[in-house]
Amino acid sequence: MNLNYTEEQIAFRDEVRNFLDDKLPATLKEKVRLRKSLVKADYELWHHILNTQGWLAGSWPKEYGGAAWGAVQRHIFEDEMARAHAPRIVPFGVAMLGPLLQAFGSKEQKDYYLPRILNGEHWWCQGYSEPGAGSDLASLKMRAERDGDHYIVNGQKTWTTMGQHADRIFCLVRTSTEGKPQTGISFLLIDMKTEGVSVRPIVLIDGEPEVNEVFFENVRVPIENLVGDENKGWTYAKYLLTHERTNIAGVGFAVSGLESLKRIARVEQCKGKPLIENPHFAAQIARIEIDLMAMSTTNLRVVSAASAGQAPGAESSMLKIKGSIIRQAINALTRSAVGVYAMPFISEELEPGSNELPVGPDYSAKVTGTYLSNRKLSIYGGSNEIQRSIISKSLLKL
Amino acid sequence: MNFDLTDERKMLQDSLRRFLQAHYSSSVITELGETTQGYSSEIWTGLADLGVVGALFSEAHGGYGGGGFDIALVFEELGRVGALDPLLDTAILGGGLLVALGGDQQSAKISAIIAGTLQMALAHSEPAARYELSRVQTTAKRQGDQYLINGQKAVVVNADVADFIIVSARTSGDDADLDGVSLFLVPQDMQGLSLRNYPLSSGGRAAEMILDNLCVPATSILGREGCAFQELERVQASATLAVCAEAVGLMDCISQLTIDYLKVRTQFGQPLGKFQVLQHRMADMLIEIEQAKSALINLAGHLDASDVLVREKHVSATKNLIGNVAKLVAEESIQMHGGIGMTMEYELAHLVRRLVMMDHRFGDCNYHLERFIDLAVA
Repeated sequence: MNLNYTEEQIAFRDEVRNFLDDKLPATLKEKVRLRKSLVKADYELWHHILNTQGWLAGSWPKEYGGAAWGAVQRHIFEDEMARAHAPRIVPFGVAMLGPLLQAFGSKEQKDYYLPRILNGEHWWCQGYSEPGAGSDLASLKMRAERDGDHYIVNGQKTWTTMGQHADRIFCLVRTSTEGKPQTGISFLLIDMKTEGVSVRPIVLIDGEPEVNEVFFENVRVPIENLVGDENKGWTYAKYLLTHERTNIAGVGFAVSGLESLKRIARVEQCKGKPLIENPHFAAQIARIEIDLMAMSTTNLRVVSAASAGQAPGAESSMLKIKGSIIRQAINALTRSAVGVYAMPFISEELEPGSNELPVGPDYSAKVTGTYLSNRKLSIYGGSNEIQRSIISKSLLKL
Repeated sequence: MNFDLTDERKMLQDSLRRFLQAHYSSSVITELGETTQGYSSEIWTGLADLGVVGALFSEAHGGYGGGGFDIALVFEELGRVGALDPLLDTAILGGGLLVALGGDQQSAKISAIIAGTLQMALAHSEPAARYELSRVQTTAKRQGDQYLINGQKAVVVNADVADFIIVSARTSGDDADLDGVSLFLVPQDMQGLSLRNYPLSSGGRAAEMILDNLCVPATSILGREGCAFQELERVQASATLAVCAEAVGLMDCISQLTIDYLKVRTQFGQPLGKFQVLQHRMADMLIEIEQAKSALINLAGHLDASDVLVREKHVSATKNLIGNVAKLVAEESIQMHGGIGMTMEYELAHLVRRLVMMDHRFGDCNYHLERFIDLAVA
């Protein structure tokens, strides 16, 4: 048992740190730190900087333009990115579609799509959930029917994160109603500029249009856009769930969130002293920190097992649950820390040179929005209830 | 022992509930959220005509209520629909302080409040005060027959539309002394008083207020110089009761929405409500809401207690308990709804936002837990 990184791993960590010090634009860092909304151009800029370094898709094999990182390196990278307040890598192309195509796509698909994910020519989004298919994803209904060398797609997807920025969507579609619901699902790549595709933004509880509904009306999709075999899409989607989830606990986000909570609590006043010196408040921070210290090690145990070739099963679910609980607790306590300044709803940015008075300290503006928005952490990607069922099924085997 | 409402209160409850249900819907709330006023003048006038504002004042001041259970009843109904009307700021805070401290001329405004033609706000909390009622750094200096007021006030709810604002300022003593806090009744449009208006997450609007050599006549002081704290605390007890009642109304509505959703939403071939894990969590939530209702009754019943310590222990106990329950209900209702509970289009979102924000008025769970401990030791 050795809790420390190897020398090589430390060298890699330092390399990542130096890179982030040098190359992460200060404007982006500040936006992320204050949880301001990032626009499409912000993500594109950051993707471009990472891609120039060869780190946009660090865990991809070198032949596809990756750096062939193992689980530990990937963990170190993600951890450092979050601590440095770097924008997150938009996962849909890089972390989701890319590995899936590498495993199941045709040579033509890999040659065409993978470079375009890296150079930013394609912006992907995910079309899985439907209004009637949330936790019960396999009940999805969006139809794709063969018509010569095309599929005709009809139906609706929802909760499509960043769909308003995307020009491509990978979808789970129903190609058969025979047998179990899981066996009639296919994985289809759709160009969103095709006639019949329309996108409607959904404003979420924090006031941000982060997700969308995507409608498909007689959309003609060439059959070469099918990934793998027809009716095997569920298997491919599940493969992703077990292979790309090392960051599922969001340890880096929790660490940076906790740091920012402490920073706020050092500035905020309580009865004439810094809030962080209030024993009751300090105890609540401490409880979260103690939990986070243990979860970081749980996370490393899973990462370490994954790098030794074990596919994580129930462990991923445990990490997702614990990670979301800890992050949500940090968000709630941060809301409490800013006192009455949790109440203003300031969606618009102040123009530089504006004569308007600022409303409270800069760190308070997004605190309530983040608290509300991060309730999604225990809902998306398989709700915590679904994760608990996965864990108990693997234990009880009833 | 009798926990039933009196006949008069029952009638008020019925007519208020009917009125609010006829005038509020989630689309009305969305539309009002986009206005610069934040609430509807028409609904406000309707409430006043119905006698709802009058129910918050005693007969001696032109109303027909004013007791703890009157306040609880009115605000619970407002909460049930997520109403945006500034009854708390105008009637409970503004009106309450005029009742407690106003001279003849100042108290004359109460009839306009009851009639629905005068709006009020209380500018008390300050950026570094963190809910501590006596922590006032804004200063008022007597100069001949005037006071010169300087300072900053944080999140002054309803300031934008208020005809008059009650401003607290220190006329003597140090930062957190109980003595030396004074209140001034100031027309909102006076020179030296500037506002930066903005919307609130709960709906409604507030402002940051800068007082830069605001010069008011000495006659605008409410009560005796430096002696406002006790009445401020008493009125804040009423205001705390009001937000707690509103939270209970919100929670009733939110839990009903959640129950309805569990019945109609089907996943894995059955309604969500058939899953035992959700049944048990719904049951836990309802147990806590019953606790909240009892805590509310405790506070309403002790609002006029002769012993201030008894009253204030109930203030802190109730605000702490309801704050904790509100957080649970907000989070669990979203979780049990899933994605739909996260969207502004569905009526849950506004109710949850309003409920969560209740914790930030008049002291949050943490503040009142510590205060309860302090009061228990006292």
